[in-house]
Amino acid sequence: MPQTDAEKKRKFRSARRMREIMTEYYIEAKTADQTGKKVAWITSGGPVEPLIAMDVIPVYPENYGAMIGASHMGGDLCAKAEALGYSTDLCSYARADIACALEDGGPIGGLPKPDMLVCCNNICGTVMKWYEIQARLYDVPLFIFDTPFCHVDFAEEARRYVRTQIDEYIGFLEGVCKKKFDFDRSMEVGRLSLKGQRLWQDVLDAAAYRPSPMTAFDAFFFLALIVTLRGTDKVVDFYTELLEEMKERVSQGISAVENERYRLLWDNLPVWYRLKWLSDTFAAHGACLVADTYTTAWCGSMKYIDENNFIDSMAEAYTRIYLNIGVDEMAKTIFAMIDKYEVDGLVMHSNRSCKPYSFGQYDIMRMVQEKKGIPCMMLESHMVDERSFSESQTLTRIDAFMEVIRQRGPRAGTAR
Amino acid sequence: MKTAGIDIGSITAKAAILEDGVILGTRIGFTGYNAGVAGRKIFEELTGELGMEVSSIDRIVSTGYGRNSVEFAHKSMTEIICHGAGAHFLDPEVRTVVDVGGQDSKALILDASGKVTDFVMNDKCAAGTGRFLEVMARALEVNLDEFGELSLHSENPAKISSICTVFAESEVISLISRGEQRENIIAGIHDSVASRVYAMAQRLAVDTPIMMTGGVARNIGVVRALERRFGSPVEVNGYAQANGAIGAAVLACSLP
Repeated sequence: MPQTDAEKKRKFRSARRMREIMTEYYIEAKTADQTGKKVAWITSGGPVEPLIAMDVIPVYPENYGAMIGASHMGGDLCAKAEALGYSTDLCSYARADIACALEDGGPIGGLPKPDMLVCCNNICGTVMKWYEIQARLYDVPLFIFDTPFCHVDFAEEARRYVRTQIDEYIGFLEGVCKKKFDFDRSMEVGRLSLKGQRLWQDVLDAAAYRPSPMTAFDAFFFLALIVTLRGTDKVVDFYTELLEEMKERVSQGISAVENERYRLLWDNLPVWYRLKWLSDTFAAHGACLVADTYTTAWCGSMKYIDENNFIDSMAEAYTRIYLNIGVDEMAKTIFAMIDKYEVDGLVMHSNRSCKPYSFGQYDIMRMVQEKKGIPCMMLESHMVDERSFSESQTLTRIDAFMEVIRQRGPRAGTAR
Repeated sequence: MKTAGIDIGSITAKAAILEDGVILGTRIGFTGYNAGVAGRKIFEELTGELGMEVSSIDRIVSTGYGRNSVEFAHKSMTEIICHGAGAHFLDPEVRTVVDVGGQDSKALILDASGKVTDFVMNDKCAAGTGRFLEVMARALEVNLDEFGELSLHSENPAKISSICTVFAESEVISLISRGEQRENIIAGIHDSVASRVYAMAQRLAVDTPIMMTGGVARNIGVVRALERRFGSPVEVNGYAQANGAIGAAVLACSLP
């Protein structure tokens, strides 16, 4: 389809660079057995910096899950896992990844085989069983990094408990890699990680401008680097460029959605196989999903990081992430985002795959309506199992939600 | 000004025609395979019945699942907004509307001006919808129209615990084979629908008066069961099933 000039302008030039980096990254990971590097599979919220410091290539089954979803392979793979006896109620990332591992299938011909697994349960409990299954399958050592749930505060006992595990984690890595951990290097990695997170937050903050230069759908795409390569120069360089591009777009008034009239906040993981459809459907209403709680999670706990003492402070930073805090704390984060990005409504994805994320959403919705007085809507699906998505029902909800917002009129913008 | 509303639901197609704030007529038929054809047919049947020319209608709004298939409509709007507008038109005092149709159920909150301030819909599941009742009526070999009346004679409603329509059907079949009275089974089914719809509506700040719309509002058993749950009367009028189409015709009045 021919593009208009406005559509061409809206394309991010950084998208190409991002694809290049991700391709290089996966090639490096897939050829690790030839280069002698070790590969660790790690959960999305796991402490990756020690791996980077040890020159281990981190690989993320969850990032891969997103690829599976975006390439519409989730339904088939989930069905294969179900045939093996896994429940349809199980996380669709877990189902798809388990099926992929058993048949060497999926996008990019499957993930490179791991030399070790690092599982941090700050995002959910499913990962523990999922990683145990993979540890048995690949017969590789598994390190479980256990982060106690923080309803409100971070207790001193919790700090000591998690901090002890960092030493154990380092010991585990030294054992598998057969070399000593370089603490000076880890300080540098920690600094780069924090720098990357700050830049990522700055990129996301550009959406506070009216019209927003980016949508949450762009954030879902650009997220991959802060997840996978946190703690490297590459991430810092890339987000520096992306931030520049955001600033240019803001100064030139390039909006992500043509004639942005309404600004919305998204909660929970994306529906990976319906990104374009959802993006187009909201855009047709003049609505821009300016921000989301999901991509913000990769910079949401940097306030706990001490640049000069990364190893100690990461105990708190990795424990107090968005999915490991109480519902009231989550609601506070959402309130702050509603104000910061000046949104007209909240779109919640009740994601049957992600229980810790979806639990409490109705309570948060009620709190948002009471405290912020904005309309909220809920749509249901599994993030990569496309069999669970009902298009006409979702469309009716979105249309009705937008009708409600339209009746109220757009929020008066005080924004920049 | 003459306006029409066409509501294409999953099972039935509804049309309503209004002139200057007065309902001239409504009509209900089956949607069938082709939603676009169903919309045209029900519209022509209603104009024919009223002795009107199709061309005499100034504005048409379509709604329901097939809303985008009604090509001759000037605008399509969701059934949420249309049921709100219809209920407000029929009774401006109404603050909560519970609409249970063929394949979905929803609840919405209205402000004093008839605007929808909040709504909730069922998830992707037929439980608590008209389809659920249809499946059960077939299992019980009872005409759906008699369902409501029969259940009022129940002295001891059976307990249907499954949420899933398919499992609930097998539960019903096992109740039949145990010799449970039909009235009790039907009353149990109505309780089951009411509990689903009520639980969903509880996510909203429900206010009274409550009106029930949609095809299932014709079932007095479900209405009574809902009243017990809400602890409040649930209003139903003769236009319940056509309410969405009426609302669409009301909204068509303000089209440019």
